Amino acid sequence: MKRMILCAGLLLICLPAFAHKASDSYLHLKVQDNSIQGQWDIALRDLNYAIGLDSNDDGRITWGELRSHQRAVAAYALSRLQVDADGASCSIRPTAHLVDQHSDGAYAVVRFTATCPLAPRVLQLRYSLFFDLDPLHRGLLRLEDRDSTRTMVFSPEHGVQQAELAIGARWRTFLNFGHEGVRHIWTGYDHLLFLVSLLLPAVLRREPHDWLSAASLRPVFWEVAKIVTAFTLAHSITLSLAALGIVSLPARWVESAIAASVALAALNNLFPVLHTRLWSVAFAFGLVHGLGFASVLLDLGLPAGARLLALVGFNLGVEAGQLAIVGIFLPIAFALRGSWFYRRVALQLGSLLIVGIALLWLAERSLDLPPLFSTLYSGIKDQTGLTAQAPY
Amino acid sequence: MNLPPITESRCAPARKTPAHRLRFAILAKKLRTGCRALLTAFAFLPWSASAAPFIPADDAVILERLPTPVDPRTRELRQLRAALSRNPGDLPRAVQLVRRYLEIGRAEADPRYYGYAQAALRPWWDLPQPPPAVLVLRAALRQAQHDFDGALKDLSHVLALQPSNAQAWLSQAIILEVRGDYAGALRSCIPLLTLSTALTATACVSSAASLSGQAEKSYNLLHQTLAKSSQATPQERLWALTLLAEIAARMGRHQSAEQHFQQALALGLRDAYLLGAYADFLLDQNRPAEVKMLLQDDTRVDGLLLRLALAEQRLDSSLLKEHVETLRMRFAANRLRGDTLHLRNEARFTLHLLNRSAEALQLARQNWAVQREPWDARLLLEAALRAGDHAAAQPVLDWMHRAHLQDTQLERLAMQFKGPRP
Repeated sequence: MKRMILCAGLLLICLPAFAHKASDSYLHLKVQDNSIQGQWDIALRDLNYAIGLDSNDDGRITWGELRSHQRAVAAYALSRLQVDADGASCSIRPTAHLVDQHSDGAYAVVRFTATCPLAPRVLQLRYSLFFDLDPLHRGLLRLEDRDSTRTMVFSPEHGVQQAELAIGARWRTFLNFGHEGVRHIWTGYDHLLFLVSLLLPAVLRREPHDWLSAASLRPVFWEVAKIVTAFTLAHSITLSLAALGIVSLPARWVESAIAASVALAALNNLFPVLHTRLWSVAFAFGLVHGLGFASVLLDLGLPAGARLLALVGFNLGVEAGQLAIVGIFLPIAFALRGSWFYRRVALQLGSLLIVGIALLWLAERSLDLPPLFSTLYSGIKDQTGLTAQAPY
Repeated sequence: MNLPPITESRCAPARKTPAHRLRFAILAKKLRTGCRALLTAFAFLPWSASAAPFIPADDAVILERLPTPVDPRTRELRQLRAALSRNPGDLPRAVQLVRRYLEIGRAEADPRYYGYAQAALRPWWDLPQPPPAVLVLRAALRQAQHDFDGALKDLSHVLALQPSNAQAWLSQAIILEVRGDYAGALRSCIPLLTLSTALTATACVSSAASLSGQAEKSYNLLHQTLAKSSQATPQERLWALTLLAEIAARMGRHQSAEQHFQQALALGLRDAYLLGAYADFLLDQNRPAEVKMLLQDDTRVDGLLLRLALAEQRLDSSLLKEHVETLRMRFAANRLRGDTLHLRNEARFTLHLLNRSAEALQLARQNWAVQREPWDARLLLEAALRAGDHAAAQPVLDWMHRAHLQDTQLERLAMQFKGPRP
C-alpha cells in the first residue's frame, strides 16, 4: 500500500521543465468600419480533444476527416466567441476553412466575417474556447483597425476584454469619405447631366430668338460660379439632413424627381424659359439631388462618433469631383462657344438627347420598370438579377 | 497561394436602394458590400510566424499525428473521462484521471495534460479547503506552472491534516530543493524514513545532501541502498539511477556517471528528464554525435530539441538552422501567451545558439529569481562571463559558497570570476 502510494507519488515529483508548448489559438481580427474579417487558427489536437476529429480512430487526422467536421468545428469555435460593437452584438458567419502548420503542429484555420450594426468605437470580445476543458489554454488575439495593431491574450481569468478603436484616424475617415464623394459624383450620371444641362448655355448669351456667344470670360465665370455654388449649397443641405436622418423621403419619389429635374433643365435649353437666373434652378433642383446622394451615403454607413466628419468629407468630395468636371468642361465650352457645332450640336442636339435619356429614367424610376437602356451600364449582375451586356 | 472556395456569398447591400443607383455606383457599391469582405479575405495572411494557410491537395493528406497511440491506455483514459463528465463530482475517479494525465504529461513532457488535469479538478479547485487528495494534485500542477509558493502552501495544508502523507513530504522536499533550500529539503525528507521505502527516503536525502557539501557520502549511501532494493519499482529505480548519475557527474566521476545513465536508459521507461540529463552530460564530455543519435527523433519536446541543436552546432550539421528557427518560434510563441516556464531553456538558447549574451543574462537572472538548481546557477555564471558582467554573478557565487555546493562545472566557472579582473 505504502509502495503504491509512493509509486504514484514519484510520478508527481520532478515534473520536467522541458515541455512542449501548452494549448494556444491564434485569432486575427481586422476591423473595417462595421465589418470585421476574422481568421482563427485552432490546433487540431485541441479540436480532437473537444469534439473528436479522428473518425477512424487510427491516431492520425487527415484532411478528409477535418473537412467532414468543418461545420462542427466552425459551430463549436464561433459559439465560444462573442463580438460586440458598442454594446450591440455582431453576427458571425464562417466563410472559409483551411489548414496551417505552426511550430507545434497542424491547426484548422476558420475564416469568418462579423457584421456589426454600426462601426464600433468600443469593441467588446468574449472568448471562452476550451477553457472548460483546459484552463491553461490561451487565446492570442491580434486586432487590427484602421491605423493600429494590438495584441491581447485571453485566459479564463481574462475572458472578456475590450478595445477602443481608432476612430481617431479622423483624417483618414475624412479622406475615405471624400474619396467616396468624388467617386459618386463621377458615376452619378444623372447629377452630371443636370449640371451639364445648366452649364451648356452658360458660355452663351441669350438673345430674343437665338444664342450668341458670351463676350468675355468674366461673366461666364461668374455665371458658372453661381450655378455651381447654388447647386452645391442646395445638395449639401439636403444631403446632410437626409444622412443624419432628419429628413427622409421615399426613394422612388426622389429618384423620379431627379430624373425630372434633368429633363427640365435640358428642356430649358431647347425652349428657354429661364435664362437669367439659372442659379435658382440649380438651387431648387439641387435640393432634390442632395437626397439622392444621401441614399448612397447611408449605404456606406456613417461611422459612429465620426458622422459629421464623414458627412463633411463626403460632401467636400462631391464638390471636388464636381469642380473637376466643371474645370474640364468650361474651357472646352468657352473655346467652342462661337462655333456652329457648339450652338447647334452640343447645345441643341445634346440637350435633346439629355431630355430623351432623362425622360427614360423618369419612366423607369417612377413606374419602377426594369432598365430599358442597359447598354449604358457595365455588364455586372445587379440586384434585380439582370445581366447587362457591356459595350466592350 | 491557393485561393479558398467561398462557402457562402452575399453581395447584396444591407439597405434597399433603387436599382439604378446601384448600377451607377457599382464599383464602389460592390466594394462596400459583403463582396469586399470576401476580397479582403483572400488577401488575408496569417500573422503567426508560419507559412500561409492552405487547402491540402488530397483528403488522405495526414495533418496531425496524435501523441498518444491508440491503445488500451487511451481507451481507459476515454472511459474515465466519459465517466467523469457524467458525474464531475466523483472525487476518486477524478483523482484517478488526474494521475493518469500527470503520468502521460510527464512521459511526453506535454503541458496540455496538466491543463486537462486542472479541468478535471475544477469542482474542488476553488474551494477554501479542498480535500487532501486534491491538494496534493493541485500542488503538483502548481509546481508545473512554477507557482512554487502556491504549491508549498497546498502541501503544508495537507501535512497539517495528514502528517503521515508520504507523498506530500516527498513533493515538498523536491520543491524546496528546486528552490535551493537544502536544509528545508532535508527536513522534509526525514519523515520518509518511517513512512516510505528505504530507497525513496535515501534518494530524497541524497539529492539534497549532495548539493550541500555531502556529495561523496550521499553517493555511496544511495548506491548501497539501490543495490539492496531488489523490490524497487521501475520508477523508483529510474529516479535513483538518474540521481546517482547526476551526483557522479557533479563530482567529476565521469565513468560512474556514464554507467548509471546507461543503466537508467536500460530500464526502457520513456523519460524526457533522463534524456535531457544524459544529453547535458554528453555535451559536457564533448560527445555531440551521441547526443544526436539519442535525441534526433525527439523534436517535439523543446528542451530536447535544444540539446539536439547544441550538439548539431558542435557537429556543424546542416539541420542546425532549421532547428534554431523552430526553437526561436517556439520560445516566441511561449512569450506571446505569457509563459515564463522555460526561462532556463530560453537563456541557454539565447546564450549558446543566438550568441546574445546580454539578453541571455537577463533571462538567466529572471530564471534565478524563480528557481535555484545547479543548472540555473550555471547558466547565470556562463551568461555573466560572456557578457562581462561580474557583478551579476555575485549572488550565485555567494549562494554556492553558503550551500557548500559541489559541482565541478560550477566550480570551474566560479574560478574564472575569482581570477584577475580584466
